[in-house]
Amino acid sequence: MTNTIGCIEKADVILVTGSNTTENHPVLSASVKRAVSFRGARLIVVDPRNIKIAGFAHQRLRPNLGTDVAWINGMMHVIIKENLYDKTFVENRTAGFDELKKTVETYTPEHVEKITGIPAKQLADAARMYAEAQRGSILYCMGITQHTSGTDNVKSLANLAMLCGNLGIEGGGVNPLRGQNNVQGACDMGGLPNVFTAYQPVNSPDALKKMEGGWNVTGLSAKPGLKATEMIPAALEGKIKALYIIGENPLVSDPDLNHAEHCLKHLDFLVVQDIFLTETAKSADVVLPSACFAEKEGTFSNTERRVQRVRKAAEPPGQAKEDWKITAEISTRMGHPMSYSDTEAIFGEIRKVTPSYAGITYQRIEEEGIHWPCPNTEHPGTPVLHTAQFPIGKGKFHAVEWMPPAETADAEYPVYLTTGRVIYQYHTGTMTMKTGGLNERAPESFVEISPADGGKYGLRHGDLAEIASRRGSITARVQFSDKAADGTVFIPFHFAAAAANRLTNAALDPVSGIPEYKVCAVRLSKAA
Amino acid sequence: MSEQHQIIINGNEFSYEPGETILETARRNHIDIPTLCYLKGATPTGECRICVVEVEGARTLAASCATPAANGMIVRTESPKVVEARRLIIQLMLSSGNHNCAVRGSDSKDWTQFQLDVHQADSSSELCPVWGDCRLQDLAYRYQVSGERFPKTETVYPIESVNPFIVRDFSRCILCGRCVQACNEVQVNNAIHFGYRGASTKIIAAGDRPLKDSDCVFCGECVQACPVGALVEKDVRYRVRPRDTKKVRTTCGYCGVGCQMFLHVKDGKVVKVTGVEDVAPNYGSLCVKGRFGFDFISSPERLTVPLIKENGKFREASWDEALDLTAKKLGEIKEQHGPDSIGVLTSARITNEENYIAQKFARAVLKTNNVDHCARL
Repeated sequence: MTNTIGCIEKADVILVTGSNTTENHPVLSASVKRAVSFRGARLIVVDPRNIKIAGFAHQRLRPNLGTDVAWINGMMHVIIKENLYDKTFVENRTAGFDELKKTVETYTPEHVEKITGIPAKQLADAARMYAEAQRGSILYCMGITQHTSGTDNVKSLANLAMLCGNLGIEGGGVNPLRGQNNVQGACDMGGLPNVFTAYQPVNSPDALKKMEGGWNVTGLSAKPGLKATEMIPAALEGKIKALYIIGENPLVSDPDLNHAEHCLKHLDFLVVQDIFLTETAKSADVVLPSACFAEKEGTFSNTERRVQRVRKAAEPPGQAKEDWKITAEISTRMGHPMSYSDTEAIFGEIRKVTPSYAGITYQRIEEEGIHWPCPNTEHPGTPVLHTAQFPIGKGKFHAVEWMPPAETADAEYPVYLTTGRVIYQYHTGTMTMKTGGLNERAPESFVEISPADGGKYGLRHGDLAEIASRRGSITARVQFSDKAADGTVFIPFHFAAAAANRLTNAALDPVSGIPEYKVCAVRLSKAA
Repeated sequence: MSEQHQIIINGNEFSYEPGETILETARRNHIDIPTLCYLKGATPTGECRICVVEVEGARTLAASCATPAANGMIVRTESPKVVEARRLIIQLMLSSGNHNCAVRGSDSKDWTQFQLDVHQADSSSELCPVWGDCRLQDLAYRYQVSGERFPKTETVYPIESVNPFIVRDFSRCILCGRCVQACNEVQVNNAIHFGYRGASTKIIAAGDRPLKDSDCVFCGECVQACPVGALVEKDVRYRVRPRDTKKVRTTCGYCGVGCQMFLHVKDGKVVKVTGVEDVAPNYGSLCVKGRFGFDFISSPERLTVPLIKENGKFREASWDEALDLTAKKLGEIKEQHGPDSIGVLTSARITNEENYIAQKFARAVLKTNNVDHCARL
């Protein structure tokens, strides 16, 4: 997030899109609900599903799946045409406005209505609502990113925020909501194929030299590596021979699972380090038992870049060990001794090679976490990014055109499928499904469908339906819901027994490598 | 000269921020005014009147949680009038419902019958499930009162326990309304409200249906807000007492909000989770997963020993054997097919320190940048 969670309650208008906030970030959603209920903030929710947070909205926009760039461009069209944009901000802080203006010129509300299904007047009203506010906050999640156009979607939201001068101010911002406890930290720490810690590019000779010095090694590779979604197919091609997987369960979470399973079978060696024998661990050659969050010391970085302490409350079961100890042991046995007295010693090394973490110490975050960047121990941290300027100087508008999703509905597969989570389960369920009460609330997979579609495909509430895509098929119980739009169904991806990802499309965003989990085409029938 | 903002509390002068209540000014200056219904951040209701104080010149005692501080105001927080009022309120609360801790009073003849009745209603032979962790009990001790002064009022509504997480014991509810505010003003789930009227008042969900059939999403904010034993975690009730546990503060392991939480540990096992109040980002709030989804930690399905697959089947192995095999295999593959033939998937679930070590391993030891995690999934 460019801003903090606390900032949400300072906003005059909040635009939530592609985030089922009350189910996936319940505590953060309370900030949105409080802002609207008690502080007079306006709320715009843009989501194909009629989700709970939409019940608090002053404007509910329900676009067709995969049409985000179109509605965002449409809003900017209205804002520019009606002169509602922040001219001072655009002039002083941004570049590329003319090109943006030219691109969005064709996105009239009437044209956008044809693409997105959002009534032209409603789009214009929402655009005015966002633009006329002093402080506008945008919250988004995987509903924006998990598309072949994910990067373009994010760029478009950034365009919209810059156009209205909503960056670098309290109560503003472009705020992605991180779905996992330490996604932010994993990225910050260089758990990405193209960057070291703090996003220092691997192909920058300076950064490379610095890391070689810091680690006292030579010969680091300057070639960006493969993304997770590229490694799996690379196994099939024989380019990847071995995978070391720590605490991930791609055999439920990856798109087009049947294909992913097939790919992993081609590996010469698979080692999985996890707290449970997950679907992925079952196909490993070696399984290493690790400690869970309650059994270790360390830090997590949350969605607002706040580095917070993790503390040990219990002993790991049996012989299970902390993940860092296991990795360090493998390293040592490969002839590269790695030894640290404790996690604080590792954090000390992180601070040396990671400018944005340099000023953070365990002592400083004992009571309350600090937002990076925090370059030195006197620095208070940075709750709001880009207050004076952007890292690249002026913020660049990226004029983007709308592109349709990789797969569209047709005669054979006439219904759209989108996927996500439910409040009572988490990701692939390895953790939440151990709590009986959560399973009682959300026991099994389901397909959420509008009653009208039910009628169309001969399905009743409670029936077992077969849902098939070009890649596979699953069986799930039909749940009639007014959340569903006609022509679009939703299936949660938690349940391995009816894994939604047997259906999803592995088409990737060309830049980020994110799969298009949010759109594919399926057909529905009553299960035999 | 700027306007003065001075108030005198118990003979000492304090300055207050305009808009601040007497209670807020007092608390900021470490003067302890007891409260029951007051919930920080929510609208003060003055419902329970335990926080009453004497304001010089005022005809009646004032609820300090709902009375703004004013210039020149002279306030006494523990005067005889105040203490007498508080004692009366506590006595009334104790006389209504199953407050079967010792403070109910043990001298009267009906004590035994009362205990037996409560045990039957509760299916437990122990004293109140929140004994030792109850604001009402604390106050009864502080003001040395028992519930004997008034005849016991019978409980109207039975216990509700038909959901997996929260037991609602209306017999111990003092109708302070903290749960209602926690639900409506803090989490804004708008699931519970005051229902009925007068002596029949009850906290109800969805027109008086069980929580499981209402808008409740089991965040447990109400449980954390309840000052007495009316709302208790189902798995904790009569099983876990605060004296048997130690609390460890940590960061939640589910979504990216990073809620600050206490893990309550009994005999080496996490048995309860509560939110850390007064600290960002969550200020005490949690969701159903964070508060109730901790059984996985001590699940019997946890991996406890390294496993090696032989002929398609796993067998248990020693750490030495498993680590040697892993190091040998990765070494051989690197040798034969080059560093880029190996990939490392690190994790959004593990710590920063562990992610750092994992990517360092990939880059400095394997010499490949094939390292990623599930940020995209």
